[in-house]
Amino acid sequence: MGRFDIGLSPRGLTLLAGLLVLLIVLPWFAGDYLLTVLILIFYFAYVGQAWNVMMGFAGQLSLGHALYVGLAGYLTAVLFIDLGIGPWLGLLVAIPVTMVVGAVIGFLALRFGVTGVYFAILTIAFAEFARIGFDHLEIVNGSGGLFLPVAQHESVDFWLLRGAPVMFYYVMLAATVVALVLCRLLLKSRIGYYWLAIREDEEAARAAGIDTFRYKMGAIVVSAGMTAFGGMFYAFYYNNLFPEQIFSISRSIELIIGPIIGGLGTLLGPVVGAFLLTGLAESLNTVLAALGVDLPGAKQVLYGVCLLFVIIALPGGVWPWLARRLGLAEKGT
Amino acid sequence: MPAEIYLNVAVSGILTGLVYGLMALGLSVIFGVVRVVNFAHGEMMTVAMYLAVVCFSAFGLDPMIMLIPIAAVLFVLGYLLQKGVINAFVTGPESTQFLLMIAIAIIIVNVLLIIFGPDARGVQTSYAYDSFAVGPLLIDATKAYAAGASIVVAAALYAFFRFTLIGTAIRAAADNHTGALVVGLNVQHLYAVTFGLGAACVGAAGTMLILLIDVTPALGPAYTLLAFIIVITGGLGSMPGALLGGVLIGLTEAMAGLVFTPSAKSMFGFGILVLVLLFRPQGILGRKT
Amino acid sequence: MSRKSQSGSSAAGSQITRRAFAAGAGALGLVAGTAPFNVVRAQGAALKVGVLLPRSGYLAGIGQDCQRGVDVAGPILEDLGYPDLEIMNGDTESSVDVARSRAEQLIGDGAQLLVGAFDSGESAVIAQVAEQKGIPFVINIAAAPDITEQGYKFVFRNFPTAPTILKDAFTNQLEIFGMTGSSPKTAVFLHVNDTFGTAMAKGIGVVSSKFDLPYKIVDEIAYDPATKDLSVEVAKAKAANADILLVVSRLNDAILITRELVKQRWTPQAVLSMGPGWYEDQYLKTLGKLSDGPISFVPWYDPNKKLSPVLQAALAKAYPDVNMNTNHIFTFEALMVAADAYKRAASTDPNALADAIRATDITDNVSIGPGIKFDAKGQNAGVKDGAIQNRDGKLVTIAPKEAANAQPDWPLKPYNERG
Repeated sequence: MGRFDIGLSPRGLTLLAGLLVLLIVLPWFAGDYLLTVLILIFYFAYVGQAWNVMMGFAGQLSLGHALYVGLAGYLTAVLFIDLGIGPWLGLLVAIPVTMVVGAVIGFLALRFGVTGVYFAILTIAFAEFARIGFDHLEIVNGSGGLFLPVAQHESVDFWLLRGAPVMFYYVMLAATVVALVLCRLLLKSRIGYYWLAIREDEEAARAAGIDTFRYKMGAIVVSAGMTAFGGMFYAFYYNNLFPEQIFSISRSIELIIGPIIGGLGTLLGPVVGAFLLTGLAESLNTVLAALGVDLPGAKQVLYGVCLLFVIIALPGGVWPWLARRLGLAEKGT
Repeated sequence: MPAEIYLNVAVSGILTGLVYGLMALGLSVIFGVVRVVNFAHGEMMTVAMYLAVVCFSAFGLDPMIMLIPIAAVLFVLGYLLQKGVINAFVTGPESTQFLLMIAIAIIIVNVLLIIFGPDARGVQTSYAYDSFAVGPLLIDATKAYAAGASIVVAAALYAFFRFTLIGTAIRAAADNHTGALVVGLNVQHLYAVTFGLGAACVGAAGTMLILLIDVTPALGPAYTLLAFIIVITGGLGSMPGALLGGVLIGLTEAMAGLVFTPSAKSMFGFGILVLVLLFRPQGILGRKT
Repeated sequence: MSRKSQSGSSAAGSQITRRAFAAGAGALGLVAGTAPFNVVRAQGAALKVGVLLPRSGYLAGIGQDCQRGVDVAGPILEDLGYPDLEIMNGDTESSVDVARSRAEQLIGDGAQLLVGAFDSGESAVIAQVAEQKGIPFVINIAAAPDITEQGYKFVFRNFPTAPTILKDAFTNQLEIFGMTGSSPKTAVFLHVNDTFGTAMAKGIGVVSSKFDLPYKIVDEIAYDPATKDLSVEVAKAKAANADILLVVSRLNDAILITRELVKQRWTPQAVLSMGPGWYEDQYLKTLGKLSDGPISFVPWYDPNKKLSPVLQAALAKAYPDVNMNTNHIFTFEALMVAADAYKRAASTDPNALADAIRATDITDNVSIGPGIKFDAKGQNAGVKDGAIQNRDGKLVTIAPKEAANAQPDWPLKPYNERG
């Protein structure tokens, strides 16, 4: 897979900083539709980043990440509805629980040598367990759906995450930035270098004395824990949860397209991927509407075709190519 | 519950399992030889099902007759798909292959939606409601026919790989890619043939399945997942394994649904999958690599 | 004045420049989001109604069916003397994410009222957006009670909740038992394990205890909505040896279950369905003679009301193969509510519209019941459900008495004796 990450050139850093400033002041002059679209982009960038830790850094292809989203979402929702515990406090429960679940899956996989596609199928199996299991769980109303009580539209309550899209916008923007920073720190730390070594050549890493099991587990657990926040956000933003939807395999697939297209294992890959994909989807909608085409399914076909083009033309991901083209990468990469 | 219910459900589960097995056989061939994670497997089957529907409603041709023609069409589609698009990704990372197939799946599903609309389509044959009464058993006729056809197709495929030259060449390429190249085999062509064969299998399975269920554009993904479960359980690279896996999963889910609550019956299939992955990852009839 | 209807973008008036610009710069989807919001339009202009339905994705069939109710509404409303509606179509793609974005987009593009969205999850999310923006939202179909329990001021639902559907179902059942002189002692309850199915299963225990039903439910069998093979489920149902089969399923399952009933050679005294599927066109067409007999307890039209044959004729003309059903009726009525409120409010100001909707009192509607009137929670508590039976490829209404146009057939003719 080549180099681990692409460092940013001064031009790249300035661009990134500029983008951040733009995103911070955007709500002042943008409509709610644009904010809603961006919230989606940030969400996918964030969860994609979380997934990327497991895949890009530890090389484990997880196709059941919706499991963590759903678990955390339901946990925080139930704590809120039944015990009145706010989402931020709820995270104190949700994150450890998802990390434990991730650890269990990771342990089973690593100890029994389940890798590659087999690991991916294993993760699907667990997500499906959750889907069917929650369908029968009384406390979350099973497949009937769990609805969170919604406050009146005037109030903005950050502590309980009830409020206007603007609030959610900033929360998710902040989360994405934090995730980026966190991943950068991890990558540049000793753990990051071990991950790089393991990913490049696991045998050699083990021979060099690196406890591959421990560091792979670390990546899996961190990934799961990070995803938990995404789950909490989902629950409090949409205010309804259905096992059939939140644990669905299409959700798992949806959140990994971004990082893969953007550039696996790179820091900004998930972010670029999220912007690209959601932007593509919404633009296709606008263009088709402007052309007067009212054919259900047409947008998805075009979307699939665009995806195909990108995968074939840029199998390494869009970000690495973009960085090199626009001179955003550090010298020497 | 009277014993004959259990017996009936078991037989029904086995028969359905055989059809699932045929579908999974296609994946076993594709995944086992070409090593491509074919996440558009179910969608390919959906295409075959729609072809069968069109042949029936437009020309009155029974799916049992159209089995071979539709399988042939799918063979060509599979061959072209592999040669044209997928080949470049065979040696690439799994995540990219996976994404490639996802994109193809999205396109197929939505093109089908546009062409055929969202309503379920089916095939109403004259024998659709027949059943054989064998002692206490009530065996669904169409299921029996479909299962029978599956066994025949699987046997034909097995014979192909065992006794023909090209079949042997494919097995060689699967066992040792570099070796095959060294010996002068046109591996690209062989891979395309294999993918075509896998597609043909899934085409045959689809033509049989349309007798049992109706098709909608979004039918694919559930069957892709089922195919992977069966292939892994039965054993990668083992053709009898795929059928066996199909029967096992079909039987387990049927009995689990009967004894416990049907809405949780797929959990048992997944349960078996997890156990296999952990304790016998090569599958029941697979060879340890 | 003629009714204008276009999808998401208009080619008239001041919209052109903005739309063309948006299309051109559409690459980043940025401009569409920054479009200015027109609050009040001149009187006499059409009301911009955003219609959100799942026209692709797994709910595509139903969404597209609901759309038919939208497509024929214009001329009928015009004949009734209502002002024009400008329809802006939005596809929610059967997804909660998209539903939310689409709602925001339509509002940003100037929608003054929203209608939708069939699915409870999507409707709940659109409701949040509507309430937050202060734009009235009229729900055509969605049965989860929670949506109107949130204290919303801008959300209205002209459709019964799951508990109401159950209550009416039992009332109608008792009426039917009385009319036919039948008294089944046992029932087996087969239901799909999805949102609607579970809501019904939950409610059935609670609600049935309030009625003096002659039968007891001896077994409850739930099945996974993703399952394609129902032979096991039907085998279990048959093994329960009950007099009647109570069922909540969807269209595809209904066809599968019926086929299994035939194959496994079991004909219960009656099939009582409290959900979709058993009365739909696809069911009648696919099964032919085998489709006769099941009784469905669903929100339905009152054949004795003046407007029903009008809507029926319009649908028959535009879609000759399609029988009028719940999807068409309630989607049409949602638009009628919008037009009626606009007429009385005489303004496109959302608050005025919401107040006008709150004061709605339409007695000449299509669905069964006293008419369309909303309570404090925004729910039309007066909607009643009917009982319809499949007869010779058509549907007849057998209960409640005031809306009936036929007598019920009981029991079911054995499947194996039908030609």
